[in-house]
Amino acid sequence: MSDPILAIRNVSRSFGPVQVLFDVDFDLRAGEVHALIGENGAGKSTTMKILAGYQPPTSGDVLLDGKPVVFDDAQHAEAQGIVMIHQEFNLAQQLSVEENIFLGRELRRGPFLDHKAMQDESRRLLDRLNCPVDPRAKISDISVPNRQMVEIAKALGRDARVLIMDEPTAVLTARETDILLDLIDRLRAEGCAILYTSHKLDEIARIADRVTVLRDGHRVFEGPAKGMTQDAMAEAMVGRELSNLFKPKGKPQDQTVLEVRNLGVAGLVHDASFHLNKGEVLGFAGLVGSGRTELMEGVTGLRDATGTVTVHGKPLKPGSIRAAREAGLVYLTEDRKEKGLLLNKGLTENLTLLALHKFTHPWIDTAAEDRALTDAIAEFDIRAGDRNMKAGNLSGGNQQKLLLGKTMLADPDIVVIDEPTRGIDIGTKQQIYDFIVELAASGKSVVVISSELSEVIGLANRVMVMASGRIVGEVSGDDINERTIVKLAMGMTSKDDAA
Amino acid sequence: MSETTAKTWMPSFHVLGPLLALIVLIILGASINSNFLSYGNVTNVLARSAFIGIIAVGMTFVITAGGIDLSVGSMAAFVAGVMILVMNALIPSIGVTVPVVLLGMLTALVAGFIAGWVNGVLIATVKIEAFIVTLGTMGIYRSLVTWLADGGTLSLDFDLRGLYRPVYYDGLLGVSWPIIVFALVAILGELAMRHLPFGRHCGAIGANEQVAKYSAINVQRTRIATYVLLGMLVGLATIMYVPRLGSASASTGVLWELEAIAAVIIGGTALKGGYGRVWGTVVGVLILSLIDNILNLASIVSPYLNGTIQGVIVILAVVLQRGKKTDG
Repeated sequence: MSDPILAIRNVSRSFGPVQVLFDVDFDLRAGEVHALIGENGAGKSTTMKILAGYQPPTSGDVLLDGKPVVFDDAQHAEAQGIVMIHQEFNLAQQLSVEENIFLGRELRRGPFLDHKAMQDESRRLLDRLNCPVDPRAKISDISVPNRQMVEIAKALGRDARVLIMDEPTAVLTARETDILLDLIDRLRAEGCAILYTSHKLDEIARIADRVTVLRDGHRVFEGPAKGMTQDAMAEAMVGRELSNLFKPKGKPQDQTVLEVRNLGVAGLVHDASFHLNKGEVLGFAGLVGSGRTELMEGVTGLRDATGTVTVHGKPLKPGSIRAAREAGLVYLTEDRKEKGLLLNKGLTENLTLLALHKFTHPWIDTAAEDRALTDAIAEFDIRAGDRNMKAGNLSGGNQQKLLLGKTMLADPDIVVIDEPTRGIDIGTKQQIYDFIVELAASGKSVVVISSELSEVIGLANRVMVMASGRIVGEVSGDDINERTIVKLAMGMTSKDDAA
Repeated sequence: MSETTAKTWMPSFHVLGPLLALIVLIILGASINSNFLSYGNVTNVLARSAFIGIIAVGMTFVITAGGIDLSVGSMAAFVAGVMILVMNALIPSIGVTVPVVLLGMLTALVAGFIAGWVNGVLIATVKIEAFIVTLGTMGIYRSLVTWLADGGTLSLDFDLRGLYRPVYYDGLLGVSWPIIVFALVAILGELAMRHLPFGRHCGAIGANEQVAKYSAINVQRTRIATYVLLGMLVGLATIMYVPRLGSASASTGVLWELEAIAAVIIGGTALKGGYGRVWGTVVGVLILSLIDNILNLASIVSPYLNGTIQGVIVILAVVLQRGKKTDG
């Protein structure tokens, strides 16, 4: 085994009082793909950022070619050939593909930029990725997968010895993923050291030479990928039987509370029909971009939609989130930072924003608002250091609980929860799962949209599967398993790819 | 985590800053000229603050909701012009009577309502940048009043002027009407901002329009409402202003928009929206008026430098606002 190019030894990292990494070791060797896997919040991004020079460790060493090194910043690490490939949203939206690829290291001819040379080089880099994008196109005008490809091309252009890839395939289609994995094979053969993260374990099984598993900031496994099954990886990540996470499912009543017929959202959702029963948890599975969020935004009046929505037997006024709220139907967004909470405002103001009318007679009753916060803190176990702190200073899990509290304050009968546990730790996840089960048990009805299959499988009485903007299947009972759902979700996609 | 220590005193400074500046100015004024605190001077300063003040209260809501309105000065001139034309036109049929004045006032409010609504719809419904829309209407309203006045001055009928005069010059218990109206507008504005859903919604929209939308707030309607409210307050300010001079021309209300915006910013409302306070705006208006007044009373600095000092204070206010976030 060759010596590692880049390694960390006994690295710990704390943010304020919160320690997120505990004595972690990690090696990157030439010609090897080392996969780093773990649940959200396990410490993957922190590990990557320390390796790439974005953050220093609180304690422990970073070793470059066997010698301890302290990176001043990411530029310093980049100068040593260590390049991190970010997710696609780190590009300058208003600049062209070429300008992004050469950002900060523009080619010049005399005092002027050499656009011709930069465009040719960009073309060459993109060709390696089979990416047909025009180097002169503006980032904001190209598709999301193409943006990810540009991000990768940008890194390739920097002649990296070490490539750190942060979930590069999260937004790629199956075919684009294949191209990328082939490219990784070639880079490995050329002697590049590669750190690869993904939530898609099949990719890990296909591409990785070694696997390191992080759980709650600890390294719980490190070893060759060969012979390691996806189940073994998942178990190492979660650290317990998945079924323990979920309480037993309740039994829905035979009474329809929400009926959606032929709902369409221009270009995104086509002809979607489904119903929801009282006391039921209805899961919505599908790949990212399959139209689940858009469908629910159409149902709850956040987007213009065609078709009919009936709540408790009465037709719902279309296009009005307020009408939906009054009918007892609320939507809890997947994007808590941009759509859910006012990060710069206090907890109370966030908590009561959706149900402010309940506190108004005719003035806002601030004392009642204050009591509502006390109740919400107790009911949802919101851990806030200070009642007067800003929502943005809460941890992700507590933000999600505050958002739940805000939504429940509107006293809904039907709650649509989009990605209920995105980016939060396992302990809080379980609290939220418990809450969803109890909510259904109390006679409310819940729709759960989730990209984490285990979540849908563990919570839902029935699962609708979406692909390419259509509902492509419905499964219930024993059919709610990973294989059936994935088959449905992928079936449509591969057809599209062929088209 | 070292910000926590700074946090405990910075907000209080942020809150009290404008108030401290006002107190300093009052002490400064009183020490420079013994007439400064006299009844005559105080009422004079307050009455002249009233026009900008009434408009600035409305501007506070617009800015808090993440908007801006550059057209208010031109709008005031336009409303004044329309109001005078309507009143003059009514005299032949109704005569020089109180109903004519009342109809004139109604005209001002309606004209302000419509002008504000046009701004609001272009911004919130047609979704054009507030800066662009109001830059455009600023030119439009200004040119309309010039056109109505045929390049000159629109004068209110002389007899009617006598009847209307008391609205500016008289008052209640020695306090003139503009001051009373300004005080009422300020108090109602402060209550609306802090204790009505409307104020809370303005802050939410200014902080993050998406979050507001997802919280079942009718963003479009609320945004239009801020401009309509401002337009009507411009109408109200005009009602108080017209009896002062009895005329309107292309030079009426010039730079009022800047003074109103400056007062809002000095008062601590965030220019990018999300947070606003009406009482701060009132303090801001008073600060601007006092600077003008002190320069006129004292002969140390030329009154012609009034704009310079006001400009410095506006920039200083913004620097202090920003200092709150970039500490540590």
